[in-house]
Amino acid sequence: MAVEDTVFLIHVKICINGEAKEVADGLSIVRLLEELRIRPARVVIELNRDIVSREAQGSTVLKEGDALEIVQFVGGG
Amino acid sequence: MEDLLKLGERSYRSRLIVGTGKYKDFAETQKAIELSGAEIVTVAVRRVNITDPNKENLLDYLDPKKYTILPNTAGCYNAEDAVRTCRLARAAGIGNMVKLEVIGDDQTLFPDMPATLEAAKILVQEGFVVLPYIADDPITAKKLQDIGCAAVMPLAAPIGSGLGIRNPYNIRIIMEQARVPVIVDAGVGTASDAAIAMEMGCDGVLMNTAIAGARDPILMAEAMRQAVEAGRKAYLAGRIPKKLYATASSPLDGMLA
Repeated sequence: MAVEDTVFLIHVKICINGEAKEVADGLSIVRLLEELRIRPARVVIELNRDIVSREAQGSTVLKEGDALEIVQFVGGG
Repeated sequence: MEDLLKLGERSYRSRLIVGTGKYKDFAETQKAIELSGAEIVTVAVRRVNITDPNKENLLDYLDPKKYTILPNTAGCYNAEDAVRTCRLARAAGIGNMVKLEVIGDDQTLFPDMPATLEAAKILVQEGFVVLPYIADDPITAKKLQDIGCAAVMPLAAPIGSGLGIRNPYNIRIIMEQARVPVIVDAGVGTASDAAIAMEMGCDGVLMNTAIAGARDPILMAEAMRQAVEAGRKAYLAGRIPKKLYATASSPLDGMLA
């Protein structure tokens, strides 16, 4: 289910990687990653400046005003 | 006895550390790194593009079981950002060794040494194996060693400049007082630069652009492996002293007439 298909749900405004986004209320980080088609094993998540471990990503629900960072390793020197 | 590079708890046969930036694609990255013989590869930490999350990931091409992944803090201009980046990198679960770089200026990309020291203190306390990129400054090198960094990595020349070792004398002073490995990081242009660093007695060389920016990166990767190995062997073998006048190689006795 893509983010845009969920308009009938209540939404919360959050910030993902510096961009303003609306996501369904009650959405967990694991579900968000699924919607964005991002493999959890290849990224690290920071929520409001705190790292969210992989184990905690299923139970962590996004709330209005949250600032989320999704980062990965890229080529670098 | 095997000649190993020790960083933190781990030991490596290869003394060449390579970056993964600036390659044409992941396949070229993979091939070049394979031919470089490197066992440690640096990576950067960046935001995922959420509107077009790239299905392929660098780690699909570089198995963390085969290589030690060394995240860097490139692009960080203060200690706080560098520490944050290292914490994120460690959360990826690929180990706790980091290449700390706190940049002081975007034109030279020289390090901000006080900020590097500040970040290193925090990271060492948090249990990271810290390999700091530093200026060719023996005083700060010593301070970083004293607070518990696992190596010091003085630049040979500005990042990506290819100028080779601009200040071999300072690098020598850093080596003389070092109790941790000294790895020349940045500024190497070609194989002879890497060999010179190793012949001087450096414990390793870290490079990215010299390989990735070469016309044939894969061939250059192999050249760099050989240069680092040759330089290391020459250092261990002990070179002859330089003299102004000749010394004959052939016997002086038994000459005809």
